[in-house]
Amino acid sequence: MSIISLQGIEKFYGEYHALKGIDCEIAEGEFFSLLGPSGCGKTTLLRVIAGFEDVSDGVVLLGGQNMAGVPANKRPTNMVFQSYAIFPHLSVAQNVGYGLRRAKLPPAELEARVAEALDMVGLSGFGARAAHALSGGQRQRVALARALILKPKVLLLDEPLSALDKKMREQMQSELRRLQRQVGITFILVTHDQEEALIMSDRIAVMFEGEIAQVAPPQELYRRPVTRRVGEFIGVMNFLDARHLDDGGDKVRFDLEGLGEASISHDQLPFGARAFAPVVGLRPEALSVIYDAKPEPGQRVVEGEVVDLSYYGDMTYYEVQLDGTTQPVTISMKNLATRPVLERGARARVTWDEGSLVVFAT
Amino acid sequence: MRGGWLRIYAITYLVFLYLPVILLPMFAFNDGTVMAFPLKGFTTQWFVQLAGIEALHGALLNSVFIATITATLSVLLGICAARASTRFRFPFKAPIMGAIMVPLVLPEIIVAVSLLVVVVQVLDLPLSAWTVIAGHTLICTPFAIAILSSAFQGLDQSFEEAAIDLGETRWGAFRNIILPLVAPGIIASFLICFTISLDEFIIAFFLTGAEPTLPVYIWGQLRFPTKIPAVMALGTLMLLASLIILSVAEFYRRRGVARVGGNDSGGFL
Repeated sequence: MSIISLQGIEKFYGEYHALKGIDCEIAEGEFFSLLGPSGCGKTTLLRVIAGFEDVSDGVVLLGGQNMAGVPANKRPTNMVFQSYAIFPHLSVAQNVGYGLRRAKLPPAELEARVAEALDMVGLSGFGARAAHALSGGQRQRVALARALILKPKVLLLDEPLSALDKKMREQMQSELRRLQRQVGITFILVTHDQEEALIMSDRIAVMFEGEIAQVAPPQELYRRPVTRRVGEFIGVMNFLDARHLDDGGDKVRFDLEGLGEASISHDQLPFGARAFAPVVGLRPEALSVIYDAKPEPGQRVVEGEVVDLSYYGDMTYYEVQLDGTTQPVTISMKNLATRPVLERGARARVTWDEGSLVVFAT
Repeated sequence: MRGGWLRIYAITYLVFLYLPVILLPMFAFNDGTVMAFPLKGFTTQWFVQLAGIEALHGALLNSVFIATITATLSVLLGICAARASTRFRFPFKAPIMGAIMVPLVLPEIIVAVSLLVVVVQVLDLPLSAWTVIAGHTLICTPFAIAILSSAFQGLDQSFEEAAIDLGETRWGAFRNIILPLVAPGIIASFLICFTISLDEFIIAFFLTGAEPTLPVYIWGQLRFPTKIPAVMALGTLMLLASLIILSVAEFYRRRGVARVGGNDSGGFL
């Protein structure tokens, strides 16, 4: 059963249509991400779930219960704010235990639960510290402990890692993932960082302009984006114009700009659509440069010129202008000790994987 | 010399500003009834004389009473206005806030005369300490709002939402999280309003009843040349008190800025 059910959520700010009919089911114990560029409505949606924004229309079910008219302080959700919102005039322990004040626990039990929560986020012994003396990463952990101590049904995270530096962010990504598995609570993460969403989530909802464009697990989202825009937003994708040739049985044949003919199975077509002037998407790793003289049997090879390259140590990203095309394509190649890195201006022979093509209707 | 002319200008400016003020304690300790150089000698007799004037004590108590009530009212109104202006959006916000802040720059004599007309002609009320309080609250509230706005402005809106998210009611979040965080601003604005009310003359002069405030009493004493040294002594004490109160206010204002981790901008000292 889904712990959260969003049904036809609409949100207007005056004339501005912030959320346009959001329908979404989030399963219990899931690590779910709302991903999109700034202004796409992902934070608004999170705040709708938390109860900080009321909806103009639609229903929010939380654990099967309609949340209409239930204020934020009565909802079984807790939130980690982008700024962490650690109360600066309280100690770490007072911050973490804040939500339990109303429970009127005996002091010994309160202390034990605060210690347990701090232990969970790796801050044992930090209880007596003043909140304003903490580093960014520590504040983040205090915010997590403060929210998790109440054992919410759903933990809402509003861009929790955006204020951290790269190293710290990567560390917190895996820690958050570990913590989520450990406590088994549903996490909903708002982020604009597609890499972060891919690394951490069980499922991702990609949002543009107040609408969900696609909800899918990371691999599916990366390999089978349903629109060109999703494909562009998640990772790098090359787009090539294609011409529809014919439908041959279970395959559809296309003529691809710069690459030649391709037969594509139906599951690579969005929504089974086929009559269109389509665009084909190809990830950088679906194209490869071949170095040895002989291509494998059956492999098709096209030629082009390396117009630019970015060397990342483990990988090199080439911009290759295929003969007869106007836009270069991006090709990623793993760097091996036995393999030279091509230089700018070099000729390259390129092969490609038909099974990785994605066809878009527009 | 770098910035030579600017430095001379700054020094000249400070001399003009503060020389008259320095004269005050100088003559307060001068052993002579005439305010003229050369100074006669050192004495504390004027301060001793102050202690024996009954009317002065009455005026002082009256002033302190008015200043306390005024500061309390101004801060309460200031909290409401500052919170409304920093936290909420509502129609005609800018003109409303502007209208509230105008007494800051309105000539006091205009305010005083119009208040007098309203109180006496329109409302037909007797003049008393309360009419002075009404007038002082009018001119003090903008100061309270100015200070409190910066305190509320520096406050991350997430603090309040986080408290509500953790189970607090709106009022609980305000009382337990917001108020403690803006407390330094509240103390600072209270002290500044207190000082302004204590020192204010024009409105008090127009609106005071049978019992004058301290500045009005002092003005009355200036007609008698023999009383002038005692007034100087009194002025010295008031100057000292004002400086102390303003320093304490500034201390709290800065502490408040540091507490919420904001950048220090503005302030009166």
